Amino acid sequence: MLKQCEGSHAVAEAVALCRPEVICAYPISPQTHIVEGIGEMVKGGELKDCEFINVESEFAAMSVAIGSSATGARTYTATASQGLLYMVEAVYNASGLGLPIVMTVANRAIGAPINIWNDHSDSLSQRDCGWIQLFAETNQEALDLHIQAFKLAEEISLPVMVCMDGFILTHAYERVDMPTQEQVDAFLPPYEPRQVLDVNEPVSIGAMVGPEAFMEVRYLAHAKQMQALELIPQLAQEFKTVFGRDSGGLIRTYRTEDAETIVIAMGSVLGTIKDTVDEMREAGHKIGVLGITSFRPFPLVEVAAALKHCKRFVVLEKSLAVGIGGIVATNVRMAVTGMGLKGYTVVAGLGGRAITMKSLTGLFEKAGRDELDLVTFLDLDWKVVNKQLEREREKRRTGPAAEAMLRDIGAVAARNY
Amino acid sequence: MFQVRIHGRGGQGVVTAAEMLSIAAFEEGRHAQAFPSFGSERTGAPVVAFCRIADKEIRLREPIMAPDAIIIQDPTLLHQVDVFAGLKKDGYILINTTKTFEQLGLGDFIRDWHPERLCTVSATELSIKHVGRPVPNVPLLGGFAAVSGIIKLESVAMAIRDKFSGKVADGNIAAATEAYNIVRGEMEEALHHA
Repeated sequence: MLKQCEGSHAVAEAVALCRPEVICAYPISPQTHIVEGIGEMVKGGELKDCEFINVESEFAAMSVAIGSSATGARTYTATASQGLLYMVEAVYNASGLGLPIVMTVANRAIGAPINIWNDHSDSLSQRDCGWIQLFAETNQEALDLHIQAFKLAEEISLPVMVCMDGFILTHAYERVDMPTQEQVDAFLPPYEPRQVLDVNEPVSIGAMVGPEAFMEVRYLAHAKQMQALELIPQLAQEFKTVFGRDSGGLIRTYRTEDAETIVIAMGSVLGTIKDTVDEMREAGHKIGVLGITSFRPFPLVEVAAALKHCKRFVVLEKSLAVGIGGIVATNVRMAVTGMGLKGYTVVAGLGGRAITMKSLTGLFEKAGRDELDLVTFLDLDWKVVNKQLEREREKRRTGPAAEAMLRDIGAVAARNY
Repeated sequence: MFQVRIHGRGGQGVVTAAEMLSIAAFEEGRHAQAFPSFGSERTGAPVVAFCRIADKEIRLREPIMAPDAIIIQDPTLLHQVDVFAGLKKDGYILINTTKTFEQLGLGDFIRDWHPERLCTVSATELSIKHVGRPVPNVPLLGGFAAVSGIIKLESVAMAIRDKFSGKVADGNIAAATEAYNIVRGEMEEALHHA
């Protein structure tokens, strides 16, 4: 059924349709509306046979999720930013133990400086933790990916993060097609765990493993992610059969057929990029888009195939690997090893900085002329940066940098508009 | 695509207004995208929310920098925030005030604009009258349906029923309807004098 609602609400309803049995979460913006919504559904009796557990921290949230998943309960949680960092030890345990927990990450920047707005620093900091990471482009896809995520997680016994842009998607009202319970039931069978804590058939989960087998157990995690590379497109296909729409998969291309320049990105910024590309196509630029839905596992083969005929690629990412440049870009470069392509990294939209069509047009035109630097920071205010660098050259005790830079731009408090 | 920017203060229902506008457009079978600009989630602080309305899927995610219409829920913002930034010439302006554009010091700014697109309505008073609380967002949507013609009053009523129920919904529908009629009257007068 078509409805106009908030992204968080759409995800809450979709998760409820997946018949979760345990939900535990600790509130943090911009994820809060999702678990609030599910909490209301549990309390109101709409979501039956589900226990909603208020926990005292994100570390507790993931620990409870591990415990409940190990008993064979379909388990869901959600977090963002510092909340994700706070649960990291348990995040690694969830994947290391092979527990199919589904978690929404409402992507948000990581402090310091403290910032509540969107970028991908949080989930990308967990790129090597062993969880699958899927990125949603729209609220419809966020909703759909959650339904696929439970099936994927339980099929290969690995946890899945569904990443959606904080505020930009979570707090946006837009049209979604909400599936029926019958559709979701037809797609997602009841959870059949590979391992379960059962008093009648006791096992222990979480053995200490020494050098004799640690590498083998870890390799198995990698092997499972490689299996996921095959399973993710299959599930997207199955999903299409039941729900009638394209959602998920590993990658998605847009107007790349004869493209000389291909822009690569993840998440909601793909929409703005596509509008920009449409305009530039009309002006005669041969440019296309490659959206990466599955960041982990990273689809090396599919990315290489999508870039096979282009001359250059631009990775536009909402993340910064301090000291080298891009995170997604580094992954893409591995995919195109030996292909002789020009590649540019663009760090954009950190901490909620708006990514506009105007800036993108200028950027892509420059890329088309091969005039971009290897690493570019989109719309960086060089005046503010240089002023601070100069201060630091001139004297030792310059004080806190963030405060000084805010003073330079005349901001009395953090603002987004 | 029609783009609306709503300016107000925390507590006036700015974000809810943008969401309801998107619901009203959705009820008419159109695509709509509403989103807030976060940062000052404090009562009384300036707040901005956005709404795009189109006949096809809206992919654009940038803030609205060149709106077709501006709704100002609190006229004291005129001295604090550049509320008209990027507004297209001959765009629509609806202000919650008991004053005229001239009295607000906007006479020069809108000198040669279409007068029937520039309206005011005392939405705070209407909300106190019909709902018993000073929340101007919903009556302004009624007024906006009139001045912009982009959505029907009935669709605003449907959006109100989506967000509220019972007496609060009834009161808000009455307030939106009165605002709609007031603005229609202003438009007719403006066209008459033009």
